[in-house]
Amino acid sequence: MQQLISFTSDYTRYVLKGGTKFYAWMGSLAVLIVGMMYVFYLQNTEGLIVTGMTSQIHDGLYFANLVFLVGVAAGAVTIVFPAYVYHHEGMHKVTVLGEMLAISAVIMVTMFVFAHMGRPDRLWHMLPLIGIYNFPHSMLGWDVLVLTGYLILNAICGFYYLWVKYTGGEINKKFFMPLVYISIVWALSIHTVTAFLISTMPARPMWFHSMMPIRFIATAFAAGPCLIILAFLVIRNNTRFWVDDSAIKLLTTIVTWCLGIALFLTMSEIVVELYARTEHANGLYYLMFGLHGLTNLVPWFWGAVILMVVSFVLFLIPSIRNNFKLLPIPCTMAFAGIWIEKGMGLIVPGFIPTPIGEVTEYYPTFVEWLLTLGIWAFGFFILTILLKGAIGILQGEIKYGAAK
Amino acid sequence: MTIKETPQACPAKEHPPACTTPASADPAASAPKTSRRDFLKAGGMLSLSSLMGTAALMTQSDDAEAAAEWGEHFQKNYRLMTDAEKAEARLRLERRYSQEYGKQVTVDTTDAQPGVLMGYALNIRKCIGCRRCVHACVAENNQSRGTRPGEKIEWIQVLRMERGEFSKDKMGHGYPEGLGIQVGGNAYTPAGQVLEGQYHYAPEAVPEKDATYMPIACMQCEKPPCVKVCPVRTTYREADGPVVIDYNWCIGCRMCMGACPYWARRINLTTPVLPKEEMNPVTHYLGNRPRMRGVVEKCHWCLQRTRHDRYPACVEVCPVGARKFGNLLDPESEVSKILERKNVFRLKAELNTFPKFFYFYD
Repeated sequence: MQQLISFTSDYTRYVLKGGTKFYAWMGSLAVLIVGMMYVFYLQNTEGLIVTGMTSQIHDGLYFANLVFLVGVAAGAVTIVFPAYVYHHEGMHKVTVLGEMLAISAVIMVTMFVFAHMGRPDRLWHMLPLIGIYNFPHSMLGWDVLVLTGYLILNAICGFYYLWVKYTGGEINKKFFMPLVYISIVWALSIHTVTAFLISTMPARPMWFHSMMPIRFIATAFAAGPCLIILAFLVIRNNTRFWVDDSAIKLLTTIVTWCLGIALFLTMSEIVVELYARTEHANGLYYLMFGLHGLTNLVPWFWGAVILMVVSFVLFLIPSIRNNFKLLPIPCTMAFAGIWIEKGMGLIVPGFIPTPIGEVTEYYPTFVEWLLTLGIWAFGFFILTILLKGAIGILQGEIKYGAAK
Repeated sequence: MTIKETPQACPAKEHPPACTTPASADPAASAPKTSRRDFLKAGGMLSLSSLMGTAALMTQSDDAEAAAEWGEHFQKNYRLMTDAEKAEARLRLERRYSQEYGKQVTVDTTDAQPGVLMGYALNIRKCIGCRRCVHACVAENNQSRGTRPGEKIEWIQVLRMERGEFSKDKMGHGYPEGLGIQVGGNAYTPAGQVLEGQYHYAPEAVPEKDATYMPIACMQCEKPPCVKVCPVRTTYREADGPVVIDYNWCIGCRMCMGACPYWARRINLTTPVLPKEEMNPVTHYLGNRPRMRGVVEKCHWCLQRTRHDRYPACVEVCPVGARKFGNLLDPESEVSKILERKNVFRLKAELNTFPKFFYFYD
């Protein structure tokens, strides 16, 4: 108990201290968070009418970000898996950082769920015992289940590891290792179930194909590690903590091939859908070329294609891949490309045309953009705190008994 | 063309027995801090009579609406409520609605009748596209009728289809464009595709020469995809057929809207715009009672009418008799006869949702 109190206070004190850069970063995030809180209040007093969503297109930016961030959360497994299954030395050192990323991503997902719901005040209706849980029929029920489980698993694994490092004890492998292996499989499950969430609706032909889960996982294992690489490079440049080259290089390899697979799957979908060009391909056709003169998403789609293809080519070039000064460029491009492809580029055209053939468009409002930005800011806020604390412990700067 | 219909045939005195049972104890009104279940457990049924008095007194106060809303926040899913709880929830709603709309509002809780399976048949040959059904539905079912986009909700769409997709003068319009290789059939305007709001057409007179009409609404599927995806089981199939929603339990996640192949469901993006004088005070708990912001709604075959042996508003108003409604379990009903004798089909039958809404032609 004594140890727990001192852990909490040491941890808090450490993460609150920082230089000007740190405070400037956290301060600007805080401004966005305040803005987010205001528009969330607005949305819950005025209703969803302040968003661009309609009865035709009723999932928008929020749902798109939710889907994407589940992928980022699952992407953490690209660190955990090589570390514990292949005993990769460089990865092993930084596993806990991946777990911290997963925790913040799942928190963001939860916040997007709140943003998406029409009645967030009734979320308790889903809780077991006091509410009703449509289990096992509802895919959304499954999704909530696996996401919560993933959050808990990562929190336990990550903070147990940090705790042991802090107190200077030994890791209890009998307790720890099974959890790690479960969390690896669990990471796959969260994104599979999220794919099932939308791919099990025959009413939406654009989503109704069995390629969805594998495509989700491929893009997740490209976007997630991209963000991790960026975070690692920031950490290397701004802290005394050194992330091994081997860890970054392995992540780059994973990104490259997952990105390649993702592009291949996109191409397969385009060929299959557009070769026959039935009415069921209208959604994809709208996305790529527009439908009935409505072309809102066309630049998004081609933007995503360019970003992904160019970044894939850049990743293939060794002199760029291995140059850590240039590496952030393809990483950012791939991350942005996948964000579009799996977010706006997947969710919105699923509703165009509607099941009765109505072609409408979706324009996200300022409220939606600010709320989305604010939730991302909140996620980065949490991520910064978690990473900072974790690095402090890994570095031995926070240690039991070290504090005065 | 607009029909102003305010049905009064089901007045307040026709309360079903459930309403006259006591249990009007409203712990939410008298003691907002205590949860209802704990309260009932603690107090037991003995204190019920004295509570009734208290509740009656409490409801006279000005904050009845606030207290009622508070109580609504903690009520159970309708299907899990005991009869007493249903009566309590009903009273709470009746009180709130009456105060809000300035008239005596009744909230019916009549259950499904045994031996009834509702069915609907529509003669697409007869439909003239007058859209009276759409307006009658809005008036009957207390839909939102605002002017801002998203404030106007209609459950029925009459899709206007252009006649002459395969006419002579369109010979050259096929695919590839201009070459006229195909006779008729136009890849660029596939049949069944409508532009935004095309079901809001307003012609001088109906039927139009160059159009056919296809009215659609909730198909009340026997295997409804919307029910399967609902994470909180707020939408479900009633024993007599219609798929209903407990508006007080809906969390507004909109999964059901994504799953519906007929685009039958609407989300209340904001508090529904329902003028006091236009509000229909004869309501059903699972049917046309006023909805709140952020919940999903849809056609329920006018439960407030059909459970009392009346036709749905759309059937009643149809000037050409294209709409037929009845009991599928009764071989002598009009709908059963139609299924037996006419050329009948279901919309999107390949999706195996098994609608109880049938289309037919003579």
